[in-house]
Amino acid sequence: MPFNLLVLACLAYVAFLFLVAFLAERRAAMGRIGWLRSPMIYTLSLSIYCTAWTFYGAVGYAARSGLEFVTIYLGPTLVFVGWWILLRKLVRIGRQQRVTSIADLISSRFGKSNLLGVLVTVLAVVAATPYIALQLQSVTLSFGVFASGTPEGWALPNRDATAIWVAGGLALFTILFGTRNLDAKEQHHGVVLAIAVEAVVKLVALLAVGIFVVWGLGGGPAEVFERIEASPVGLWEVQPGRWVGLIFVSAAAVICLPRMFQVMVVEDGDEHHLARASWAFPFYLLLMSLFIVPIAVIGLERMPEGANPDMFVLTLPLNEGQGGLAMLVFLGGFSSATSMVIVESIALATMVSNHIVMPLWLKLRPKAAISGDVRRIVLLSRRLAIVAVLTLGYAYYRMSGGSAALAAIGLIAFVGVAQVLPVLVGGLYWRGATKAGAMAGLVTGLSVWAFTLYLPSFGPDAVMARSVFTEGLLGIGWLRPEALFGVEGMDPLLHALFWSLALNTLAFCLFSLLTFPGPVERMQGAAFVNVFDEGGGPQGWARGRAEPEALLIMAQRILGEENALALFAAEARAQGKEGYLPDATPDFVAGLERRLAGSVGAATAHAMISQIVGRATVSVEDLMAVANETAQIMEYSAELEAQREELTRTARQLREANEKLTQLSVQKDAFLSQISHELRTPMTSIRAFSEILTEGDLPPELVANYGRIIHEEAIRLTRLLDDLLDLSVLENGSVQLNIGVANVQQMLDRALAAAGHTRPERSFLIIRDLPAENIFVRTDADRLVQVFINLISNARKYCDAAHPELKITVRQRAGKLSVDFIDNGSGIPKQQQAIIFEKFARLTDQTRAGGPGWGWPSAAR
Amino acid sequence: MASHVLLIEDEPNIAEAIRFLLGREGLTVSSMSDGTGAAEAVRAQKPDLVILDLMLPGCSGLDVVEAIRANPETGGTPVLMLTAKGAGRDREAAERAGVDRFMTKPFSNADMLAQVRELVGR
Repeated sequence: MPFNLLVLACLAYVAFLFLVAFLAERRAAMGRIGWLRSPMIYTLSLSIYCTAWTFYGAVGYAARSGLEFVTIYLGPTLVFVGWWILLRKLVRIGRQQRVTSIADLISSRFGKSNLLGVLVTVLAVVAATPYIALQLQSVTLSFGVFASGTPEGWALPNRDATAIWVAGGLALFTILFGTRNLDAKEQHHGVVLAIAVEAVVKLVALLAVGIFVVWGLGGGPAEVFERIEASPVGLWEVQPGRWVGLIFVSAAAVICLPRMFQVMVVEDGDEHHLARASWAFPFYLLLMSLFIVPIAVIGLERMPEGANPDMFVLTLPLNEGQGGLAMLVFLGGFSSATSMVIVESIALATMVSNHIVMPLWLKLRPKAAISGDVRRIVLLSRRLAIVAVLTLGYAYYRMSGGSAALAAIGLIAFVGVAQVLPVLVGGLYWRGATKAGAMAGLVTGLSVWAFTLYLPSFGPDAVMARSVFTEGLLGIGWLRPEALFGVEGMDPLLHALFWSLALNTLAFCLFSLLTFPGPVERMQGAAFVNVFDEGGGPQGWARGRAEPEALLIMAQRILGEENALALFAAEARAQGKEGYLPDATPDFVAGLERRLAGSVGAATAHAMISQIVGRATVSVEDLMAVANETAQIMEYSAELEAQREELTRTARQLREANEKLTQLSVQKDAFLSQISHELRTPMTSIRAFSEILTEGDLPPELVANYGRIIHEEAIRLTRLLDDLLDLSVLENGSVQLNIGVANVQQMLDRALAAAGHTRPERSFLIIRDLPAENIFVRTDADRLVQVFINLISNARKYCDAAHPELKITVRQRAGKLSVDFIDNGSGIPKQQQAIIFEKFARLTDQTRAGGPGWGWPSAAR
Repeated sequence: MASHVLLIEDEPNIAEAIRFLLGREGLTVSSMSDGTGAAEAVRAQKPDLVILDLMLPGCSGLDVVEAIRANPETGGTPVLMLTAKGAGRDREAAERAGVDRFMTKPFSNADMLAQVRELVGR
């Protein structure tokens, strides 16, 4: 079969998957989810447990170690058959807490500690990397087998290039369908449907090969059984320790693998689906393993010595000239590899983005959390994380050189993710488990695993020096990676599994007992451990109790006006109420909550909807969740925001104070200059004429004249001094008011007479309302008259009308009296009205007509 | 021939006092009460001395001094400036504008006459 045809078939298959995913996404976007979320799809999506490792590697495993490969299927089977014990609780919690990944679950359980989230994320990435590398390797390998196994005998141009193309294509697919939308509840209908299709393809392919081998090559079941009895595969004796260990580790893996958690809990966490899957998934596994042994036995018989048993599934049909069947197998293997990588990288990207990138970003750019710029960043960080995860996988593939047997790599990864198990189980069943315990357990497990299994897997002198293998870490004999604490001769895998999980669990329990859980931890602990006690599972929203208007207003606040309106309009259309607000049906409210959760976090959205829908109360757990969620985001930002505002406020106050001081200082200088002029001018006349008079020798009429001038100027001076003293007394607030009863009309008469001296040469029309003025008030008459004088003098001095007039009106309102003085001058410019009651203010310096400007201030007081 | 003094002062009583003092000294005095047209009057009358108040209605005394100094015909005329403000700033501004003597109000008559005599060169 030509290489081009193979590539073409491969591309056509990928295009078909794209189409499936695209159609599913579109269907979901139109709200017709229907069978997209059904027990069958759920079960098929679980089949990503069967990766290329299972697809190709199981036969190799059987050829090398007999029936031991069954353990890899037995573990998950036990977990699913006993779903009532653990999975049901996991799914229920995942749904109630709106968990987005296994890291999120652990972090959420232990007081929403992000540090734990980071730890689990790191563990998951480290463990998944070789696993992803394995998938790339298997695809490349199968390409290679195809190449060398065909009669045409073309050679694969370049294996690394193939791996790169595969990795790049997977990244593209994952980004396209894995990061299309952003919701707290991570659901990717397109991806799920695509992997369901792939699940069918790989099962059909494997069954087809099995049938071909048993009936086509083996001559029927009976004969095949005889051959198995006769072959070395049937002679392998069961090692009980290894069996128990492997069943346990694969059971742990099916619970803890990020991709399994993604399809089991996050994508479609429905207990009814789980109930169906509890027998359907083991059944699928059974079908997948049905023909492994026959294929292995016949392969060993028929294939040449030294042929890689990992590839028997592919090489057998090729050898027999079954090109079509081989193509189907190739696509089956391709499906196994791609579906695993796609879901794994979505799960890892969610974890990396939610627990590492976003917290960092929020810390660095706290303001952006408020401004709502988050969505773009989350999507971007997920896309970058997907690329990073695949790059890591590719790098591992290049580093490991594609040498190790497939099963070995898979098991290393299994033991790695199994480190989460103690903390997970403890978190679900033991209220005493604490964050410190979880940290201690995870760190211990991760380190022991890395030291005893992961790092040694690169081979001596790759990461760890050979001397560490033979003499132990730092030359300490009992710190040898494959013989920890002097336990020698144990299977390396079992050795690593035993020590890592034992020490992990020990540290977890010990630290949990020694430390005390915080309030949020206790709350979450109770919510997790007693998840079945309260309320009975996920509740939908009751019909018709929410006001659509209220929902719309809230949605607008969070999603933005346009988005919210579009959402409501679409729903109204769907309900056949175009142009009106849609009814708040339970489905709509639930959908709205999911939308909001994408923006403000699941717990917040839930609490907000609760308030509007009027569910009895928002529970304490809800509030705690809100507080925490919000706190995480707001803490950084609010604090900074507050500080910034405080600073701005202080700066503004300082600036204002400074401006005021400058203004006052200018006013003071102007006032002193003014007052100096006002006082010196009369004094100049007085001094000059008194000197003239003392010299004598003057005609009497001049003496009289000069005497009169001196007197006049002395009076002017006195009046200035009086005004000045008046002001300073008022200024100090130590005025002794002399309260009595006085007639307004008489006071105005007095004031007009006194103010008449100001610019007496000017004719000034006074308009009064005598009857209204005839009224008695309780006041300090002298002071009030002085105020009147100031106001009238000001009008006389500054009124710039050609025929100046002053209107005095007296009004009584609510037991208070107001006296208005209104002249017909141009008035005080608006922007300067604010300063007229300032002490020394005069509007312009050129004004020469009057005094230093202390009339208005005393009027204001 | 008697020296001629042009007095520009807006306070009528002060102007009256100065006119009396200088007249008694045998000087002829013509007076104006505001600064507009003052420089014109100096050019027309060619006085031996100009006595000028700093704060005048219409314009500042400094403007008047600058106008006098700017005209080559009147540029050499001595100027005695009076002011009731008396801040250091005003004195400096006056000296920069080209005032020959600067007196703060109130002044003693003797001092004023001494300054005038010195400025008209007698």
